[in-house]
Amino acid sequence: MIAQIVFIIILLGAIYLFGKNVAKVRRNILLGRDIDRSDRPAERWAIMARVALGQTKMVKRPTAALMHFFIYVGFVIINLEVLEIMIDGIFGSHRIFSKPLGSLYGLLIGGFEVLALLVLVSCVVFLARRNIVKLKRFSGTEMTSWPKSDANYILTIEILLMTAFLTMNAADYKLQLLHFGHYVTAGSFPVSEFIAPLLPSGTGALAGIERGCWWFHIIGILAFLNYLPYSKHFHILLAFPNVYYSNLKPKGEFTDMPSVTNEVKAMLDPSFVPEPAEISRFGVKDVTDLTWKNLMEAYTCTECGRCTSVCPANITGKLLSPRKIMMDTRDRLVEVGNNIDKHGNDYTDDKTLLDNYITREELWACTTCNACTEACPVNINPLEIITEMRRYVVMEESQAPASLNNMFGNMENNGAPWKYSQADRFNWAANDKID
Amino acid sequence: MEQKIPTMAEMAAEGKEPEILFWVGCAGSFDERAQKITRDICKILHHVGISYAVLGTEESCTGDPAKRAGNEFLFQMQAMVNIEVLNGYNIKKIVTGCPHCFNTIRNEYPGLGGTYEVIHHTQLIQGLIDEGKLKAEGGESFKGRKITFHDPCYLGRGNNVYEAPRAALEILDTELVEMKRCKSNGLCCGAGGAQMFKEPEKGNKDINDERMLDVIQTGASVIASGCPFCMTMLTDGVKHMEKEQEIKVLDIAEITVRANGL
Repeated sequence: MIAQIVFIIILLGAIYLFGKNVAKVRRNILLGRDIDRSDRPAERWAIMARVALGQTKMVKRPTAALMHFFIYVGFVIINLEVLEIMIDGIFGSHRIFSKPLGSLYGLLIGGFEVLALLVLVSCVVFLARRNIVKLKRFSGTEMTSWPKSDANYILTIEILLMTAFLTMNAADYKLQLLHFGHYVTAGSFPVSEFIAPLLPSGTGALAGIERGCWWFHIIGILAFLNYLPYSKHFHILLAFPNVYYSNLKPKGEFTDMPSVTNEVKAMLDPSFVPEPAEISRFGVKDVTDLTWKNLMEAYTCTECGRCTSVCPANITGKLLSPRKIMMDTRDRLVEVGNNIDKHGNDYTDDKTLLDNYITREELWACTTCNACTEACPVNINPLEIITEMRRYVVMEESQAPASLNNMFGNMENNGAPWKYSQADRFNWAANDKID
Repeated sequence: MEQKIPTMAEMAAEGKEPEILFWVGCAGSFDERAQKITRDICKILHHVGISYAVLGTEESCTGDPAKRAGNEFLFQMQAMVNIEVLNGYNIKKIVTGCPHCFNTIRNEYPGLGGTYEVIHHTQLIQGLIDEGKLKAEGGESFKGRKITFHDPCYLGRGNNVYEAPRAALEILDTELVEMKRCKSNGLCCGAGGAQMFKEPEKGNKDINDERMLDVIQTGASVIASGCPFCMTMLTDGVKHMEKEQEIKVLDIAEITVRANGL
């Protein structure tokens, strides 16, 4: 009875804390400008099913894709078992699904065990790739101590959780064989039956191990849940809405700027009266100038580095790293959110995303080739943030690199980015005749 | 062979409307190497007897490099002036010789009042091959030669056009060899996003030199592309590697013209 009360208190506490942190993330995301992504719902469901649920963009790197798939399926399916653990915890029952499910239960538990083993092995391999093999993709200027630790914590926690789950089953299995107490024969244990011989044979010790692992596993899961909002691992939740709200237009198409259209129309036609629009700056200087979708993407990024590894600028040693653009955006957004919590809505510090986080050199290294957006398994778009920041630098500050200002000047004066006369534009036809 | 390049102004004066407008673009108009590609596109149009015209001196930059560089004002000024000209001539269909013009007119002009059917010249060539109007006969033989195709970003990833340029090569009976970074994984030539008009930022290498590693790995003797900016970058890359004798950079239009002896 006491155990049940303790469990319920921990469970409610964990859910409350998680809800509070999710609400804060949501509030932060909604600090962004509005953008309409409610169109074409059928296509959006389809792309979410394909890219988020089906992970179709992961397969470009088959090794990582396969192991990630094990962890992903393991996570989703083993959660069915967590449901049973929750119910058992609340009602003080033991393996409550075993009776109603009958022989299916054995199949399920057996399946969970195999998955748990696959998750465990995959996490070990992933840890090795990061810390022993030291894959290039997991390093870079933005991969400072926290992002590296974050990744290692996640993998270690998952290994511990799976170990606890399998050890719990092993103890349970052994107790079942001994027909001890309420440990009725239920489930099949294709993996943990091999752990069982390693455990002590005394029923008291076994029951202690079984309970200990049970508590460690479930408290671990609840703690992990509360770690998510602080971690890159939040992608397991945000990947779905993030892909749903993907940009469905061709990648080559950049966003339009209605505020500019109004001014250009007024310039070309003095009689044009623009509709009153909200006054804001051109382009992006700080995170609050970005759209909520950009900000959602920053929280969705799991820092896998596929974008950076295919970025032509990064490959050739330039400062730009698309992953850093996303990580900087998130870090700055968290900072802005914390400022609001501490000092209220109207507080502004003297920092901005531009310059304090993302330098101009990074912005001007981009070739807008869309390799980063193509590579992202969850359709994050670092390119949009880069071009929006270029817009601020060019239109609000007139601080484009000198060579680009020359190009602008040429285009304005003679309709070409080079210094050629408009009148010579048809000279290629060489007296109107082809050679 | 001599043929007159028809302009929209002349056509309009005669009360005629061409089937398609050939949007030449700034590189195609001014860059010497690209001018040759422009003339080759005209040769193809003339050869198959499509009624076409160009804007000549009435054409102006689409505004693409301004938009990519963040100067939306300049982009929209350019776009609106161009749209006025295009709509004035009642243009319905446009073929471009440049993926950047193609992307901008196709995707970014509709929102500003300019809606046209826009194709890239490799799509035009593919269509003509499909219709049986273009073959690969009567000219230089590319049979068995190793050719690799460099995907321009704004054609490939930008607009999902991967097959059209390859269809134009397949008809040649060549050995089409893909680079390890190709199609949606293609590596940029380094010119996009207005980089063409500035020095690269500090790094340890130029992007076109990095791309040359992929090219050399294929052992191809021809790099085909469909973008005047890629043409410049790849040609420079070949020069840096001192491979000018072994590797030629050709546009899909040039290859088509050569193969048909136009």
